[in-house]
Amino acid sequence: MSAAASTVARPAGRNRYSTGSLPRRINLYTLPGSFILAAAVMGLLGFNWFGLAAFTALIYLAAISGLSLVVENRRRAMDRFIRGLVTSAFLLALLPLVSTLWTVVSKGIGVLSWEFIGTSGGGTTINPDTLELVTSSGALQAIVGTLEITGLATLFSVPIGLLTAIYLVEYAAPTHWLRRTVNFLVDVMTGIPSIVAGLFAFSLFTLILGPKAFSGLSAAVALSVLMIPTVVRSCEEMLRLVPADLREAAYALGVTKFVTIVKVVIPTAIAGIATGITLAIARVIGETAPIFMAASFTDAFNGNPLAGPMQTLPVMAYTGYKFPGQDIALSNSQAWGAALLLVLLVVVLNLVARIIAAIFAPKTSR
Amino acid sequence: MSAFPATAHRSSAAVRARPADRIFRLLSTAAAVSIMVILAGVALFLILRAVPAIAANWTSEADLKSGVTGGFPSFWSYVAPLAFGTVWASLIALILATPVAIGIALFISHYSPRRLATFLGYIIDLLAAVPSVVFGLWGILVMRPFLLPMQEWLNTYLGWIPMFSGSVTSTGSSILTGAVVLAVMVLPIITSISREVFLQTPKLHEEAALALGATRWEMVRLTVFPYARSGVVSAVLLGLGRALGETMAVAMIISPAIITSFRVLTEGENSQTIASNIALNFPIATGLQRDALIGTGLVLFVISLAVNMVARLVISRKPRQRRRPTGDDGGKATAAPDPADVLAASDARVSPVSVLHPESVSK
Repeated sequence: MSAAASTVARPAGRNRYSTGSLPRRINLYTLPGSFILAAAVMGLLGFNWFGLAAFTALIYLAAISGLSLVVENRRRAMDRFIRGLVTSAFLLALLPLVSTLWTVVSKGIGVLSWEFIGTSGGGTTINPDTLELVTSSGALQAIVGTLEITGLATLFSVPIGLLTAIYLVEYAAPTHWLRRTVNFLVDVMTGIPSIVAGLFAFSLFTLILGPKAFSGLSAAVALSVLMIPTVVRSCEEMLRLVPADLREAAYALGVTKFVTIVKVVIPTAIAGIATGITLAIARVIGETAPIFMAASFTDAFNGNPLAGPMQTLPVMAYTGYKFPGQDIALSNSQAWGAALLLVLLVVVLNLVARIIAAIFAPKTSR
Repeated sequence: MSAFPATAHRSSAAVRARPADRIFRLLSTAAAVSIMVILAGVALFLILRAVPAIAANWTSEADLKSGVTGGFPSFWSYVAPLAFGTVWASLIALILATPVAIGIALFISHYSPRRLATFLGYIIDLLAAVPSVVFGLWGILVMRPFLLPMQEWLNTYLGWIPMFSGSVTSTGSSILTGAVVLAVMVLPIITSISREVFLQTPKLHEEAALALGATRWEMVRLTVFPYARSGVVSAVLLGLGRALGETMAVAMIISPAIITSFRVLTEGENSQTIASNIALNFPIATGLQRDALIGTGLVLFVISLAVNMVARLVISRKPRQRRRPTGDDGGKATAAPDPADVLAASDARVSPVSVLHPESVSK
C-alpha cells in the first residue's frame, strides 16, 4: 500500500537511476512471510520456540538476499544480507539474557518471601507430630554475609583505588617510572582470575593464622584484589574528565593542590566516581569462587566477619546445587531463591548507579 | 613586572610548605605503591604455598598419592591436562562468541537507529552484570537439555570428525555445553570493546566511502574493519582472558576428568579446566593436595597474565599504515584508537562515561 503510494508520488515512468531497487518497506512483507513459512516448517518438524526463531531468521536472510539479487544487484544483496545477519546476532544475544532472567525469576519467585529473607537456614528440628527431621530454610545468613563481605571489600578498595587514581591523574608526571609501573600493574590486576584472588586470600590467612582460617575478612580481601583495579580505572577516567581550567582557576586563586583536589576536582567528578564504585560493587557482589575459597560455606548464621566460615548469596546458590543437604529439593529451591535475590541486588545496584549519574548530572558539560 | 616572578616563587614555596598537602601527596603515592605490594603479595603467597607441592615427590608422598591428586607422577603431569582443558574450553567458547560479538558490536555502532544505540549497548552490558553462578544454574537447568538434541545430532552425523566422536552425553554435561555458556559470558566483553573501537573510526573515512557509492556493508568493510582490526583482536584476547579464569559455570556444568581430550560431546571424559578443578576439589583436598591445587592456580594466573599482556600489547600497538594512503591525512587519520578509551571499556564493565555522557558514546 505504501509502496504503491510512494510510486504514485514520484514522477511517472521508471527512473533510470532508481530502477532495480526493492520497495522501501520490503522488510514488512518479507519478515511476516518468513515467519509463516518457518511456522509451517515447525509444523512439519515439531514445534519449538528456538527452532521457529532460527528458521524465521534463516528464511528471512535467504529471501531478502535472493530478492535483492534478482531485483537489485550483488552488492546490494550482500548489504541486505549483512544487515540481517548483524540484527540476528543482536537478537541471538538477547535469547540467553531473557532466558536466564526468566528462569531465575520463575524458579526463585516461589521461594522468595519475607520469611526466606528474615530467617536463617540450616537448622534442623524434629517435627513433634511426625518425628521427621525438618531443615529450616532461609537466606538471612547469606544476606548478612554478602553485605558484610562486600561492604568490607568496598571499605578496603575505595580508598586505595581512589587515592591511586588521584596519584595517577593529579600527581604523577606522565613519564614517571612509578606511574608507568602502577598503570601496568593495574592492567595486570584486572586480569587476575577471580579464583586466584580467592586462593591468594586463603594462602595469606592460612599462612598467618594456620589452617581453617576461613573468615569473612579473608573473602573481603579476595574481593578487594578484584575490585581495586576496577575502582582505579573508573575513578581515573572520571578525574581525567574534569577540565584543566577548573584546576588552573583554583591554582590561580592561590589554592593549594590538596584543597583543589578535595574541593574542586573530586566534587566535580563525584557523580562519575560514585557510579563507578557502585558498578564495581555490583561486579564483585556476584563473585562466587573467591568467597567460596576464602570464607568457605556454612548454613549457620555468622555475623562476625573476623572468624569462622560465612555464607553469601552466590555461594548459597552454588552449594545448594552442588552440595545439597538431606532434602535435595529444598536445597535446590533455596539455591534459586538465593540466585534471584542476588540478581535483584545486582539490578538494584546498576539502577542506583544510573540514578546517581542522573541526579548529579555532569557538571563538566557546558 | 619584576615583582611577578618573585610573588609566584613565594606562593609556590608556601604551597610546598603546607603539611596537609604533603600528607595527601604521600597518601596517594602510598596507595599507588600499595598496588605493587598487593600484586607482589598475590604472587608471593601463591608461590609460597605452591612450592612444596611442586617440589614434592608425587610418587612417594602419601598425601599426593591418593585423593584428588592421585595417579599422577609429578605436578607437571597433573597440571598439563588441566591447562589444556582450560585453553580448549575457552577456545571453543571464543570461536562461538567472536562472530556473534562482532556482529552485535557492528549492529549497535553502525546499523541500529542512533537513538537506540546507547540503550541496546546497555542491554548487552546487562549480560555482563549477571553473576556467573546464575549462568551456571541456568546452564544446568536450561542449556543442558536444550543442547542435548543438537549434540546427539552432531555425534550421529558428524561423528567421523574426531571432535564430535565418542559416546555422546546423556545429560548434556559436555564441554560443548560449558563452552556455550562461557561464550554467553565473554560475549559482552568482546562486544563492548569492539563497539568502542568501531565507533572511533574516523567519520571522514566512512563518509568518503559512502560518497563514492559504497553500500553500508562495503563502507564497514573498507573503513571500519581495517581501522578496528587490532582493537578487535585485543577484545577477543581479553575475552579469552575472562574465559580462562571463569570458574563457576564450568564447574557446575561440565562433568570432567583430568585427561587431554579433544572430544566435546562426551560425558565424564571431558577435559577439566584449572579453575573448575580447584573449585570442585578444594573443599575435599587435604594438606599437600591443597598446595597442589594452589600450584595449578598459579599456572592459571601465569596463563591469563600472558593473554592479558598480549591483548594490551596488541591494542597499544599502532595499526599498520594503509598501503596506499589517501591524501595528506591518510596516515594521520588511521592512527590507533586511543588505548585508554578502549581499555576503560574493558576494565569498568560498564564505563561510567557511557552512563554520564551517553551522547559521547553513541555519537
